[in-house]
Amino acid sequence: MSNCIYSAADFRSDQEVKWCPGCGDHAVLSSMQNALAQIASEDGVPREKFAVVSGIGCSSRFPYYVRTYGFHGIHGRAAAIATGVKVANPELNVWVATGDGDALAIGGNHFIHAVRRNVDMSMVLFNNEIYGLTKGQYSPTTKIGKVTKTSPFGTVEKPFKPGELAIGAGGTFFARSVDAEVKLTQELLVAAARHRGMAVVETLVNCVIFNDKTHAAYAGDKATRVENTIVLRHGERMVFGSAGDRGLALDGQRLRVVDSDSPDVLVHDAHSPNPMVHFLLAGMSWPEFPVALGIIRQVDAPTYDAEVARQVEEVRSAATLCDVDSLLHSGSVWEV
Amino acid sequence: MEKIIKDAVVRFSGDSGDGMQLTGTLFSDAGALSGHGISTFPDYPSEIRAPQGTVAGVSGFQVHLGSRKMATPGDKCDALVAMNPAALKANTRWLKRDSTIIVDADAFTDKEFRKAGFVDNDPIGELGLTDYNIVMCHITTMTRDALDGLGLDNKSAARCKNMFALGICLYLYNIPLDHTLSYISRKFKGAMVEANSRVLNAGYNFAANNHLFANTYDVPKATLEKGTYRTINGNQATAWGLIAAAEKSGRPLFCGSYPITPATVILEELAKRRDLGVKTVQAEDEIAGICTAIGAAFAGNFAVTTTSGPGLSLKSEAMGLAVMTELPLVIVDVQRGGPSTGLPTKTEQSDLLQALYGRNGEAPMVVVAASTPSDCFHYAFWAGKIAMERMTPVLLLTDGFIANGSEPWRVPSLGDYPSIAPPIVSELKDEIYFCYDRDPEAFARTWAIPGTTGLEHRIGGLEKDKRIGCVSHDPANHAEMTRLRAEKVARVADFLPVQELLGDAEGDLLVVGWGGTRGHLQTAVEEMCARGKRVSLCHFNWINPLPRGVEEIFGRFKRIVVCELNMGQFAGYLRMNLPQFTYEQCNKVQGLPFTVDELCKCFESYV
Repeated sequence: MSNCIYSAADFRSDQEVKWCPGCGDHAVLSSMQNALAQIASEDGVPREKFAVVSGIGCSSRFPYYVRTYGFHGIHGRAAAIATGVKVANPELNVWVATGDGDALAIGGNHFIHAVRRNVDMSMVLFNNEIYGLTKGQYSPTTKIGKVTKTSPFGTVEKPFKPGELAIGAGGTFFARSVDAEVKLTQELLVAAARHRGMAVVETLVNCVIFNDKTHAAYAGDKATRVENTIVLRHGERMVFGSAGDRGLALDGQRLRVVDSDSPDVLVHDAHSPNPMVHFLLAGMSWPEFPVALGIIRQVDAPTYDAEVARQVEEVRSAATLCDVDSLLHSGSVWEV
Repeated sequence: MEKIIKDAVVRFSGDSGDGMQLTGTLFSDAGALSGHGISTFPDYPSEIRAPQGTVAGVSGFQVHLGSRKMATPGDKCDALVAMNPAALKANTRWLKRDSTIIVDADAFTDKEFRKAGFVDNDPIGELGLTDYNIVMCHITTMTRDALDGLGLDNKSAARCKNMFALGICLYLYNIPLDHTLSYISRKFKGAMVEANSRVLNAGYNFAANNHLFANTYDVPKATLEKGTYRTINGNQATAWGLIAAAEKSGRPLFCGSYPITPATVILEELAKRRDLGVKTVQAEDEIAGICTAIGAAFAGNFAVTTTSGPGLSLKSEAMGLAVMTELPLVIVDVQRGGPSTGLPTKTEQSDLLQALYGRNGEAPMVVVAASTPSDCFHYAFWAGKIAMERMTPVLLLTDGFIANGSEPWRVPSLGDYPSIAPPIVSELKDEIYFCYDRDPEAFARTWAIPGTTGLEHRIGGLEKDKRIGCVSHDPANHAEMTRLRAEKVARVADFLPVQELLGDAEGDLLVVGWGGTRGHLQTAVEEMCARGKRVSLCHFNWINPLPRGVEEIFGRFKRIVVCELNMGQFAGYLRMNLPQFTYEQCNKVQGLPFTVDELCKCFESYV
């Protein structure tokens, strides 16, 4: 345990940040540096115990800007690389920075399996619904019909919602924030780090160059967000709107927007093992619903890395072999 | 009458479900334990259970038993066990002229003839085997009789018939039953212990009492170097060599892999070794296999990934990442027939150029090839040592033949192996950590393990500044880094033993090979020398970089013939590296190892 007090500046590397002016990633980086300082100070995790791993894409430049151990991987493979880091060295506080193309297209397989295994690490998924670094092609989260360079007549494929995918893969932690909500993002990143297991934090970020205002209708400015998003907090009623006049209720197996004074308004239970409501919340789309922010799901489950370590210790303590020489002489051997 | 012979080749064949792999393994273990030299060759289809009774479903296991250390499993067999007509059909081409064929007469029925694709009811005639010594035994019936009173159902009873065939062969080659009986009592459960023991004895006694064979054979014991021996196959030896390198380096072993034939057994062997602290991740795909390993290497473990050709293709991009980040990593490629899915259970050496060059950019890598089942241990160890001390990925090539083949192995002591000292840094020496500063001799960078105070640094797949390791797009830096990465690999040659030559230092023909063909090449070269020809063997294990001393060897022979199980990949590599010599080629791409006979024919044409 270290008793140092860290500030965000302690987590700034000497590298110049090269994202476009106005890019939503700047805000997330700032939230992250604050979150790391908070975790380091409050939880006694010294800076050298952090490792940030990324794939390829604008957001995957992230590790270069954070003054910790960092690994900039190859396209789509961040979750797999980070799994290796964590299993090899479980003492590390492991982070993955990835984007919608990196995590959900080329890296979709690694994403679902890291989530399924519940590797104890935190993933920040920058969702700008576009390929930025390759200059504007549609991604697996691009809204249907969107005209991009590779869909000049509009996309004809239904997008993923990262939350549905994470929860569908058996995820134990899923939260969502918006780039501009720096405090909320920081809070969620700290919660993700403290969660034992794979924590996915989706941040809705704006790409000013290739997909400007893609989240603007529900997340554009403060007033819009108050009207069109709902910040979920465990144990609190699900109400939203500037006047707090609307709420969410279950109507059979689907959600419905109701008056906030309705007795049917749900109380958020992020810890419910049953993922049904979490799945519905993660899937809510504007304009029919507010977009859900906050921690949508957080449940306890054994983590992969701890189980591997436990198994090694268990087998080791009962082992008859102690080294390679004893292995070579085990079983059927004979003397000449 | 007992006849003394210096070696014998026995081939067990039957349906995929007949237990022929186990029968062959037990025969070779019993032979090894009674002091013989052994080399084995499992030959089986890629289907788990192809239609019963068909030629496609025939599984074989060949054992070469001899009075010295055996270098090959033998070209053709002296005795063939064929549990059904399909097995006889599939193996006719592996019979010596005077071989003994033991068949299960109960399986020689019209129905089985049809399944095996015989046109009439005379498979022996149809295969031209009328003059062979064919011993028809009612193995199924006698197995059932032997089990009388045990109350086994027909299916369980039928499963014991391989033991009857094994009993016959143990008698034929004068090998005691005790090893096999002890195996049965350890590995089988309940009534099956008694059942298998009874049937084994029944087969042995049947052969002894009925004068089935004109002769029995006695293969004198081999004179082997004193020591503790065990039987080992190449995959197991590879796994254990990796564990040995981990132990010597003090770094925990991490294996990220995905199951693929014929490499899977390495992952399985490593997964068993939680008792020695080995961590294995069975990843979601080949790419995740190597990527978890790269993550583990970054985090300070001795990381390995294991695969075969198609998996190696999938790992290419990540191998480049390991080259760029200059992390220690061992990639094991157990080669099989290609391209694409190819021949999963058959052997080939056709991944060589992929291993050397199959990556984008200038991405040099150390390439090493093992050449026998047991020396997989040695080369896996050295792959680990080079990877960790030189901070580079190392690709270890084995192949299906040596991976599945087994031989007796004099167990080494780890004390005889050198230490492994990775260049780990534990504290900050300058004002900042220069993660790409290099050792002036080896050109290896240092390894700062996450968790170490003050050495926080960031690396990745983008080109690195040659000192700090941060991203650099500077043209001169890229050129310099490209040169440094190549030079680092080239300098591994300083570390390697000089190239070995087997036989006279000069002569008419130099046979050149690499990897898993060594046993066949050596045997063929010895045969040529016995015929009075001036032939020597130069067999390579270190592929990139090539060891020192090759030019001197090559220059002393009139002709050079490069033999390999591909279309000439190593020959092409030599033409590029040592263009002053002329290379003849001897190639085979049938998914099978060379035979000594065909090699000798080839060599005869050059001397």
